[in-house]
Amino acid sequence: MTDEKAMRIRSRRSFLKAGVAVLGGVGSFHWLRTRRHDDGVPWPLRRVLETNEQLARDYFSASHLAPTFPESMVSLARENGGEGLSRDFDIRSWTLKVVSSVHSRRLEMTLDDIKRLPRVEMVTELHCIEGWSQVVHWTGARLSNLVAEAGSDARYVGMETPDGGYYVGLDMASAVHPQTLLCYEMNGRELTPEHGAPLRLATPVKYGIKNIKRIGTVHFTNTRPPDFWAERGYDWYAGL
Amino acid sequence: MKKLQSRHALAIRCFHWINFAVLAVMIWSGLLIYWANDVYRIGIGPFTLFKFFPESFYSTFNIGFRLAEGMSWHFTFMWLFAINGFLYISYTIFSRDWRYGGIQQFAYLTIIFMGAGSLFTGLAVYKPTQLAWLTSLLGGYQFARFEHFWLTVGYALFFCVHIVQVTRAGWNNFRSMITGYELVEVEKASGD
Repeated sequence: MTDEKAMRIRSRRSFLKAGVAVLGGVGSFHWLRTRRHDDGVPWPLRRVLETNEQLARDYFSASHLAPTFPESMVSLARENGGEGLSRDFDIRSWTLKVVSSVHSRRLEMTLDDIKRLPRVEMVTELHCIEGWSQVVHWTGARLSNLVAEAGSDARYVGMETPDGGYYVGLDMASAVHPQTLLCYEMNGRELTPEHGAPLRLATPVKYGIKNIKRIGTVHFTNTRPPDFWAERGYDWYAGL
Repeated sequence: MKKLQSRHALAIRCFHWINFAVLAVMIWSGLLIYWANDVYRIGIGPFTLFKFFPESFYSTFNIGFRLAEGMSWHFTFMWLFAINGFLYISYTIFSRDWRYGGIQQFAYLTIIFMGAGSLFTGLAVYKPTQLAWLTSLLGGYQFARFEHFWLTVGYALFFCVHIVQVTRAGWNNFRSMITGYELVEVEKASGD
């Protein structure tokens, strides 16, 4: 048999296998794309996001701090996202409701109560999930204060706006990270309504979507709290 | 007289074509992500020669308003990209399979470094707090994103050059990336 003939036989065999491989690849892609959606994405992708989350949580450490920046890098803070910021809101009657479903504790805090907690300032970069970022000067109290007070035995923290229109869930390690703040001042000024007055979350361990504005309720729980954007296809963890 | 000669090991062919498919999914899902903050262009000051990307590009390929979807694909296929790339590099090193010529070898080394660059700039954008050291090393969050993007433009350019080269090298060469073998002209029959 000449080598030309041997090549023809090899080619036929290899191209057949290659054809099967291409069909397999295209078929797998199609299969993935058409799976039943789980909170906005095909379920196999959702499972991978959850696995990525587990790995990220293993690596997560309270000693991994977000870099801080000089005040000169602070820019005019962009207003993004108005979900949960309905017009009929009376800031004067606002209190922060803290509840726990692990034990039936309830707390109610005024802004002055929160301002009496140790005041923390940080200049960190806020990362929007869209891809832009901004250096912001945040002032507030560590969320860990609240956890110590009412939720140290819980695995998750849920937060929602007074109207329930926006809500986020945090894993406990992220909630007690030293740079996770209940924030009442931004760039040296009182929060504006658009930025979430009177109290918002600021944390560089999460994307901006978790930095909920106008917090109404903080809920300590052992079950994973619902999350506005996770229900719309995003990763629940959204950790940075 | 033509003689059958082995050219690419089965492993190399698998890594090559898996990489092609995985990179295609990574670039597509990357575009879905990039759309949400499409800030890059070629231009100086107020003059823009080319914006990444024109509206027509987004509408043609149905890119818009699919950020969440893009992220879920990107953070799934990143594993395949990394594992396949790691196996490819390991195999190449351990098998000492360096049979390319000088310029080709340079091109393939470049693409390997670009692959590693995409992995590291990607990680820097993916976990800028947990991997803050890496993000800082690469020039900060926005610069890492910028690098990640331009590396992808680099792949697109590499792809074009690669296609031209493969076309010019001819069918026998292309076939060797499928079958593993090529036919080479020999001066005289070797006796059998």
